[in-house]
Amino acid sequence: MTLLSVSGLNLSIGTLPILHDVALTVARGQIVGVIGESGSGKSMTAYAITQLLPAGAQAQGTVTLDGHDILSADEPTMCALRGATVSMIFQEPMTALNPVKTIGDQVAEAILVHENVPRAEAMARARAALDRVELTADRFPLGRYPHEMSGGQRQRVCIAMAIALRPALLIADEPTTALDVTTQAGILTLLKRLVVEDGMGLLMITHDLAVVADMADEIHIMRAGRVVEAGPTGQVFRAMRHPYSRQLLAASGHTPDRETRAEETLLEVRDVVRDYVLPRTRLWSRPGRFRALHGVSLTLRRGESLGLVGASGCGKSTLSRAILGLEPVEAGDIHLSGVPVWAGGAVDRAVRRRMQVVFQDPYGSFNPRWRVGRLVAEPFHLLDRWPDDADDQVAQALIAVGLTPEDAAKYPHEFSGGQRQRIAIARALIIRPDLIVLDEAVSALDVSIRAQILDLLADLGGRFGLSYLFISHDLSVVRSITDRVLVMDAGRIVEEGPTEQVFDAPRHPYTKSLIDAAPRLPNGAGTDSPTPPQTLSETRAP
Amino acid sequence: MLRYTVLRLQSLILSLLVASVVIFVTVEIVPGDPASFMLGINAQPDTVAALRAELGLDQGPFTRYLAWVSGLMQGDLGTSYTYRAPVADMVGDRLWISLPLAIYALILSTAIAFPAGILAATRRGSAADIGVMGMTQLGVAIPNFWFAMIMVLIFAVNLRWFSAGGFPGWENPLHALHALTLPAIALALPQASILARVMRSALLETLDEDYIRTARAKGLTRRQVLWRHALRNAMIPVLTIIGLQFAFLIAGGIIIENVFYLPGLGRLIFQAISQRDLIVVESTVMLLVFAVIVVNFAVDLAYAVVDPRLRSAR
Amino acid sequence: MIGARNLILGGTLTAVFVALAILSFLWTPYDYTGVDVANRLKGPLSPGYLLGTDHFGRDILSMIMVGARTSIAVAIVAVGIGMSVGVPLGLLAASGRGGWVDEITMRGNDLVFAFPSLVIAILITAIFGPSAFNAIIAIGIFNVPVFARLTRGAALSLWQRDYILAARVAGKGPLRISVEHILPNVANLLIVQGTIQFSLGILAEAGLSYVGLGAQPPTPSWGRMLAESQTMITIAPHMALFPGLAIVLTVLGLNLMGDGLRDALDPRLRGRS
Repeated sequence: MTLLSVSGLNLSIGTLPILHDVALTVARGQIVGVIGESGSGKSMTAYAITQLLPAGAQAQGTVTLDGHDILSADEPTMCALRGATVSMIFQEPMTALNPVKTIGDQVAEAILVHENVPRAEAMARARAALDRVELTADRFPLGRYPHEMSGGQRQRVCIAMAIALRPALLIADEPTTALDVTTQAGILTLLKRLVVEDGMGLLMITHDLAVVADMADEIHIMRAGRVVEAGPTGQVFRAMRHPYSRQLLAASGHTPDRETRAEETLLEVRDVVRDYVLPRTRLWSRPGRFRALHGVSLTLRRGESLGLVGASGCGKSTLSRAILGLEPVEAGDIHLSGVPVWAGGAVDRAVRRRMQVVFQDPYGSFNPRWRVGRLVAEPFHLLDRWPDDADDQVAQALIAVGLTPEDAAKYPHEFSGGQRQRIAIARALIIRPDLIVLDEAVSALDVSIRAQILDLLADLGGRFGLSYLFISHDLSVVRSITDRVLVMDAGRIVEEGPTEQVFDAPRHPYTKSLIDAAPRLPNGAGTDSPTPPQTLSETRAP
Repeated sequence: MLRYTVLRLQSLILSLLVASVVIFVTVEIVPGDPASFMLGINAQPDTVAALRAELGLDQGPFTRYLAWVSGLMQGDLGTSYTYRAPVADMVGDRLWISLPLAIYALILSTAIAFPAGILAATRRGSAADIGVMGMTQLGVAIPNFWFAMIMVLIFAVNLRWFSAGGFPGWENPLHALHALTLPAIALALPQASILARVMRSALLETLDEDYIRTARAKGLTRRQVLWRHALRNAMIPVLTIIGLQFAFLIAGGIIIENVFYLPGLGRLIFQAISQRDLIVVESTVMLLVFAVIVVNFAVDLAYAVVDPRLRSAR
Repeated sequence: MIGARNLILGGTLTAVFVALAILSFLWTPYDYTGVDVANRLKGPLSPGYLLGTDHFGRDILSMIMVGARTSIAVAIVAVGIGMSVGVPLGLLAASGRGGWVDEITMRGNDLVFAFPSLVIAILITAIFGPSAFNAIIAIGIFNVPVFARLTRGAALSLWQRDYILAARVAGKGPLRISVEHILPNVANLLIVQGTIQFSLGILAEAGLSYVGLGAQPPTPSWGRMLAESQTMITIAPHMALFPGLAIVLTVLGLNLMGDGLRDALDPRLRGRS
């Protein structure tokens, strides 16, 4: 029986059209995946169903939920439906809970706004809901505050809140995007179990094809506000009809062409220990310490692409900062071509000149008040004197990353996310370093843009003889671009080896759990494609 | 919570210590010889010597500081040179005007600002919002002592609803409150304007947070979300401002007392300055600073009540 | 846009008073010290006296023009003191976050916050006697932690940005980063806060002069004009009305200008506070 039926849904915010003729249905007990890149309108579709649209949004068409005509329902009706008939969970569990209220109060509130029951009963039912999401009473009493819990645990609280009244439909908007793979796997398993137990419909919105591949009964692929492909999951993956779907699939599993080179040792990290001083608990007490790196060692050979994977907080960013000479280490040494990075309490400029970095956030990576030319030229500061042909070199670096010399006169906000990552790469290239540290450099990008940046990195690596240290939490990306991989857990490197070997036959239990948890695209997906997939062209920002 | 309180208490004591040193050095070390400073250049040498002995100036500055501080802790604020009376007694009488005035004004300011700020934030962009914002813009720009003078002109001189000044004492509390009403309104108006603006922007900020969306997805109405989720989170910046305002109210009260001829701390301080009675200046300034520091300590504790992250994080 | 309207209205009001202050150096309708008992307590719009005269027969418009000079000078210098000490302190504290410089700066800030500007003025006046200069110092000292705190807070969040890390990878030290990357990105905030502190400075100067801790005779000042008007308020309310209006309009102009500037410089904040 159809629970949710959306047809002919058009949505615009002000004069800007967002959705065009969107149609989808969800039945009880069914999991429907909606997939799309940023700006595809997938989240707006969800907000239209719950009528939690931003100010100025106007929707036309038909949305029927459990017999209610949503688009003509008034606000009191919607309030009665939200939380009871249709619930929602969101992407950012860290900010999704009210920091000043206990989790018990927040879950119980979902019950109290809909049912006239005594508070004690609501609290008892909140307890039961938390138990159902595997937050047990002994570790997670009702009096817990959100800040005392991890992201995954907070997302479970959000789920408990959403299912407390056993709604007919749950809408999950990128529920695991902000979480580590193992946490993600746990949340996805939980959602599947709840769907079976309660017989509710689940509308799962995500950018990740692999996440929905093994749980959704049906998928809808959206692009630019339209559904371009829809059908039962197996069928869609076997034979994608729309070119965009095929491109998306190809980009998701994209492996750039790269030649493997490995020459003499370039970077050597030996027994590095890094402690952080914790904030003092009392004015006069000695501050505590937290050990972020427990004697980490690694080597990176010239021309090699080395991956470093691990969950957030495992110490991989600390390690990258230590290698770049941004933070001193307590013990151990770091050598680049045999020269110590730290010498006499300061970083050798000659060594620093040979390393550059590309960060994750394409928005925070640039001083918004500087023009691209000045931004790209910044590493020239490492040279003894500013080169006379600095402008030419900037122009060449911009060309090398697929931009134009004219872009030097623009400000960073004039570029899209993918283009900004190209600018960041140009900045890293400009002084011709030996080593580029890529710290989650493609993690914030949509899959199709990510595939292009990976291709660019592979190409530049060959042309300029670069070595990469590729730090990421995303296993599929690391697998596609590295020769060797290190697996890090809680400040230690637990496994090391050639990438294929580690991924195919992991030895350490932690590596095994990571790889098992990673969502996978179905084998042979897209093999029935009538035409080979093409690469997407990146749309330029106006 | 205990840890946090102890930590704040430590910093309270440290602030008081440093503040007392600053005041002591300014008043007793900077002028050179306080005794000849107080008596002026025409004083007889033996009068100066007598005052020096009375003030204990023959002792070293450190001993004098310790004596002053230990006196303060026992409620001994020294003896006024001009009035020949214990400063503690003089301050005690006047505190019963200045402190109630500041509290009265704080209550008024909060009572005006909260509804106004909430109204403006919830009806953002409406006529009510624009009206409130316009009023607060004006309220912030009006000097409180001028506003007080205008009110005296209208409500005391012309309408005769209030007396133009003076204080009848607390024998009849209603009369006392009546006499403090115009001064309190004058003090409260600019503060209420600031507070209303802070309330509005803090609420708008919290209404944008993810957890507000979560609460709406639970089925709460806009009104329920405002009262149950947004207000308490918005209180954190609002409390900061209330704490700062109390300092301004105490200080601002000194000026307002001048308009209404109220025999409060302000009058005492200005007389002491003109008579160069450093003992009175020193101790009353310390008292004002003490009040500000203690209020800020109370605000810190209030933070912890509002925000559980502070209770456990430290 | 409301922002643009605020900016124009506020800028115009401010410009008028700045122009009056500058004009007063060259020309005033009468000599502001000119006692003229024959023409005392003339009401507003009297022939030859647009805003009337005071109890000594001095022209109120002339006094307001010259008073604008005092108010604006005191407030500008006090903001200058606050910025030139507070901004470098804030930058320094943020660049050495958690270090002893940071600790001392923040403790020092807390301490100064415990002394409202009036209390500082009382202390200074008790020792050095009342003057406009001492009012400047008192308001200036009070402004230092305002700017230090604002700069530090904004700079701390900027120090978390990746472009700071990139600059460090390019071998730049904290000082250079503070000047090249942090300062330009906090400049807008400082300009907006500067106009707000400017208006607060005018209010504070008026208050200090009103109680006799600020400008001394014969230096004209709006606050002192109000103090002198107080005893005359029943017979000559215009003596209190016009200096007060001058304060209100100037402060209003500066605040509107600050709001307008904030909206113009940061569209994200449009419509907030």
